[in-house]
Amino acid sequence: MPAIKSLDELKRIREEALKKKEMKTASGSIQVIVAMGTCGIAAGARDTMKSVLNYIEENKVSGVSVTQTGCIGMCEHEPIVEVVVGEQPKVYYRKVNAEVAEKIMKEHVQGGKPVESNILPLQV
Amino acid sequence: MQTKRAMILVSNDPESIRLGADDLVKSLNDALAAYELQDEVDVSTIGDVGRADILPLVIVYPEATVYGPVKAGDARYLVEEHLYKGRVATDLLAPPKQLSGHIGWLRTRKGYNPAEQRVVLERAGRIDPDDIEDYIAHSGYEALGKAVTEMTPMQVIETVEKSGLQGRGGAGFPAGRKWRFVRGAEGDKKYVICNADESEPGTFKDRVVMEGDPHQVLEALAIAAYAIGADEGFIYIRGEYGVAYQRLEKAIRQAEEFGFLGNNIFGTDFNFHLHIHAGAGAYVCGEETALIESLEGKRGEPRTRPPYPTTNGLWNKPTLVNNVETLSNVPAILRNGPEWYKAIGTPSSPGTKVYTIMGNINFSGVIEVPMGITLREVINIYAKGMKPGSTFKMAQTGGASGSIIPAALQDTPMDFESFRKAGVSLGSGALLICDQNVCIVDLVKVLLQFFRFESCGKCTPCRIGTQRSYEIVERITQGQGQLEELDKLLEMAAEMERASNCGLGQTASAPVRDMLKHFRTEVEAHIRLGICPTGVCPMVVEEEAAPA
Repeated sequence: MPAIKSLDELKRIREEALKKKEMKTASGSIQVIVAMGTCGIAAGARDTMKSVLNYIEENKVSGVSVTQTGCIGMCEHEPIVEVVVGEQPKVYYRKVNAEVAEKIMKEHVQGGKPVESNILPLQV
Repeated sequence: MQTKRAMILVSNDPESIRLGADDLVKSLNDALAAYELQDEVDVSTIGDVGRADILPLVIVYPEATVYGPVKAGDARYLVEEHLYKGRVATDLLAPPKQLSGHIGWLRTRKGYNPAEQRVVLERAGRIDPDDIEDYIAHSGYEALGKAVTEMTPMQVIETVEKSGLQGRGGAGFPAGRKWRFVRGAEGDKKYVICNADESEPGTFKDRVVMEGDPHQVLEALAIAAYAIGADEGFIYIRGEYGVAYQRLEKAIRQAEEFGFLGNNIFGTDFNFHLHIHAGAGAYVCGEETALIESLEGKRGEPRTRPPYPTTNGLWNKPTLVNNVETLSNVPAILRNGPEWYKAIGTPSSPGTKVYTIMGNINFSGVIEVPMGITLREVINIYAKGMKPGSTFKMAQTGGASGSIIPAALQDTPMDFESFRKAGVSLGSGALLICDQNVCIVDLVKVLLQFFRFESCGKCTPCRIGTQRSYEIVERITQGQGQLEELDKLLEMAAEMERASNCGLGQTASAPVRDMLKHFRTEVEAHIRLGICPTGVCPMVVEEEAAPA
């Protein structure tokens, strides 16, 4: 990556980054985002993350990208996991331990049906 | 003097007196006499509590029920209902204060809570903190690019000044003015330091920013460096913040790769190198001069001021020290303009404030709200109310050196000016909400325990004062308290405030003073009756625990 030398270059990189993001949603790919702030980690987000990755590995799931993010301020509900399927609205899950994570992967990510018991009702 | 079971406070600011507060006091005393309660209930006065809409107001302790407006003719009814029959005189209850109309809100409310406003935390929890491209995709580094290619350093400072941004570390000093001081200071080399040694108990707002959006801190530091003419900067981060440290370190590497840090930033001749330094866990190192000493490799003890760091800071060079949250406001201000920022919050305290909320409430976590909302709103809206069975007794703001806010003040707008007027401090942004089962003496004991442990020992008022205050308060919890010692506590508090070398000693006495100002009845019950009304304190001398 050569150093950015002007505002125009920054703008170009920004557009490329945005395009990359859009392509992800347009292609119907699925994003699983685990909140990994200290509060999340303390509540067990690392196990959640491991469980998600294990599930993908074991079941040879494709088209799913797993990323992390910071704390959104709702430490009470950690570990929080977001699932974005294509252009559908984001679904937030609360108190996702390893078992719930597996359930989400199976029923929501693969089955297309959100796991009602752990949904965090948020207006985004 | 006999112990009173209740206390009636009547507002006696000039406006209340104009509206008949003096007659009200008289009528209350008459009514108490009529019910033969004069020996059980005390009537006293209280100054302005920020509720001009309900004057004259009456607060009845220990329940801290707020009534208003109360006329002299209502006195008998109030005494009969509340003090004789022991129930709330509902007809006179003060209405909860409406949202003050002058608080500015962003047009689009895109927060997670009903009315949350996000400037500092705009991206935290939305982007991948380890991915610089995600930050760039969300307008990242645009403000830096704009500053170094299109603005002069003075224009950047003027923009920050115009926005009215105040320091969010606790003191509320105007950020732009500080930047101007450092810019104007003479020196061949200048430094910028981000104070990320967030050690106030209960405060973790800066951690959330650094973990969720590390590039924002980097961008702001680079802008600040450009504005004041520095080419080197440090992030002094609390040693316990392992995750934040790793993310910032990674972010610095990425930013260097993209050319946002290093030499010739954005093709200009502006160079900026950033380092990160982890503290070793001393509370006092959050004080800026102690922080600088620690960064220089010395023992973390505050310096004598003046000279201030703005002229003689790190290695005796002019140095700018800003808190994480203060800095994090800067990129958004440069991107959207000072007018946009000024429109949020109140005229005297523009912008938003990040709070960590916890305690006996239904929702604990982090919120970012405009300056000027009230504690009542925070509790009822953002914290989703008190826990079942809990009623609000007090809140402790800003970690240990903040204030204890009694129920009577929960309608004071939370901004720097209103809080200064009410004699309380906004502190660093923690709100510990306590219910009726929390004992004030026990709470203050815990806070003093913290201070006596964390006092660096350099100056006498703080070193001795925190220890002796702790001992007195501890004796009260053991049922060994003396009434005269309460005066000694206040005297010591005044001395510590006046003579301590730094903010630690100056604010360490705040909890003691708040306790005796707002909850004296409860403290005296410990001493006179030998009981702890909440049943928290042991009231006997327990076996000596291992020394802390």
